[in-house]
Amino acid sequence: MPPLLEARDIHVAFGGGFGGGRRKLALAGVSVAISSAPATTTAIVGESGSGKTTLARLLLGLRAPNSGSVAYDGIALAGMTRAQHMAFRRAVQAIFQDPFDVYNPFYRVDRALMAPLRRFGLAPSRSVADERIDTALEAVGLRPSETRGRYPHQLSGGQRQRVMIARSLLLSPRIILADEPVSMVDASLRATILETLHRLKTDRGISLIYVTHDLATAYQIADRVIVLFAGRIVEAGDAEQVIKHPKHPYTQALIAAIPEPDPSHPWGLGPGAPPAPRADGDEHGGCAYASRCPLAMTMCRARTPPLHAMDGRDIACFRFEGTAT
Amino acid sequence: MTGAALEIEGLSVEFPVSGGVVRAVDAVSFSLQPGERLGLVGESGSGKSTTILALLRMIRPPGRIVAGAIRLGGRDLRALDDAGMRAARFADISLIPQGAMNALNPVLPVRAQIEDVMRAHGIDCDSAEMGRRIAALLDGVGLDAGVADLFAHQLSGGMKQRVCIAMSVALEPQVILADEPTSALDVIVQKQVLSTLAAVQARIGAAIILVGHDMGLMAQFVHRVGVMYAGRLVELGAVRDIFAAPRHPYTQALIASLPSLARRGSFRGIPGIAPSLLTPPSGCAFHPRCPHAMARCRIEAPRARDLGGGHRGSCHLLDEGVHAAPA
Repeated sequence: MPPLLEARDIHVAFGGGFGGGRRKLALAGVSVAISSAPATTTAIVGESGSGKTTLARLLLGLRAPNSGSVAYDGIALAGMTRAQHMAFRRAVQAIFQDPFDVYNPFYRVDRALMAPLRRFGLAPSRSVADERIDTALEAVGLRPSETRGRYPHQLSGGQRQRVMIARSLLLSPRIILADEPVSMVDASLRATILETLHRLKTDRGISLIYVTHDLATAYQIADRVIVLFAGRIVEAGDAEQVIKHPKHPYTQALIAAIPEPDPSHPWGLGPGAPPAPRADGDEHGGCAYASRCPLAMTMCRARTPPLHAMDGRDIACFRFEGTAT
Repeated sequence: MTGAALEIEGLSVEFPVSGGVVRAVDAVSFSLQPGERLGLVGESGSGKSTTILALLRMIRPPGRIVAGAIRLGGRDLRALDDAGMRAARFADISLIPQGAMNALNPVLPVRAQIEDVMRAHGIDCDSAEMGRRIAALLDGVGLDAGVADLFAHQLSGGMKQRVCIAMSVALEPQVILADEPTSALDVIVQKQVLSTLAAVQARIGAAIILVGHDMGLMAQFVHRVGVMYAGRLVELGAVRDIFAAPRHPYTQALIASLPSLARRGSFRGIPGIAPSLLTPPSGCAFHPRCPHAMARCRIEAPRARDLGGGHRGSCHLLDEGVHAAPA
């Protein structure tokens, strides 16, 4: 069975053109497959500038790749008919980072909930629409009586983010893509949002794509983890495997930098290292991580390591190439 | 205690709003020893950022400090006139802002902004000497001297935050206030920036107050943690004690809600929502969300109770002599 949503060998470049600026590869040869049976949670992890949000926008059909293709249910987004495209737009929903900016402050939240029902013709009558909205709010742990009729400023960040999740549920999606859904929410409310998302997978069979820079929360909900660095996948595989036994030097650095909430396991604040050089993409032709990698070899600066399978995961690092199975 | 870098006693800040008065900071007291790192944690609206703005006397009117004492190295900051306070900022107590992205002037090079801080505080030297000083400051935060000639848009987020650190320590203050300095950075850069901050702090012997909501960061960076809820400091203690045996139910819930690599797939959010400061709950402000709330909690606000070893908490369970079991 083909994956429900699939990106194949994606390349995206920014810049260049008339300005004569350098073209920067935002994504280079990235492939991702999201299956729906059974529902899975895939975390896309990387630092700012790694291309994770560009990849998210491609998967949502908000941007076209320079080369490669994105397909939903086996049909390439680029070649979809109008009806197919509407079906895709309904089935793949997005939740964004900022639960403040997504609302119009002058309207009650009901309006934001009603809009998708109207757009997709799912509100034959006011009472049916009301019932659907109430059910969706309850599904994300909100009491309709305490939520409906409110203005966005009367709700907390966590509540607003849950209203957005309810909004996506109204369309009975098959995939929800959440781009940093908890990074602007208070730490004390993050667990609640993550639990709400996690239950959509377990209770309703909705596959999740969780885009984040935070491996600690990715570990909580993801089945699979994809680590991006400078527009390339450097490591991907089972979440438990990748996070507990990271192999790529970048994944290892990411995990070592997580501040564990336990003072008896000190982080080891170093002497204050200089800032890491920016990832330089493909400019010098080698592995983009080489300039920061403590284990870099001569060949790392000459060629880009290909992604290859090893022990049930994919990894792009020459140190493991000889051990490929 | 003598020799404290900073002592705060009964600090209260109020903001008049159309429906009444919001008490954003309510009778907060703590002291800070030289070289110490203290964390202030709490959710949005708990008063942690307002507390440090009050220490700088930067509460925007009509908000004002209504009560309390702020003693910096024995000097009462509330008694200073505006000129005296202006002289104290940067020189004695400085701020590392949350949004380093927006804290730097976009149309001036880094050099001009650091120089401005020094000249405004009476450092008068020729430009060659100033150049050497700025290079030394940048070197102290791990930046190349050439960064002085760059503009904010040419720097990465981590580099901008390092420039802000360099500015905040330019006059070697006794106290540095850091308001979520790394919340916009990813984990690897966050660790580098905090390592740099710790190194600079050790060199000049300053004390730091780190404000944030990330308990993981607190566990790794500070010596003592103060937990704020609805404007009050509800628990304060050594970081090991707070994590090993949190005594206030809110602190317990906060620690239990943390995502950790040790546990997987267990979500323990804190139920309920943060209280409105305009109409705060009666008694203990945490009682509507507290799993241990008793009749007394709805009527009477708990007083701070000394738990020994510099640990204190404000909860009726502690008065009852009951050790609240972690939820």
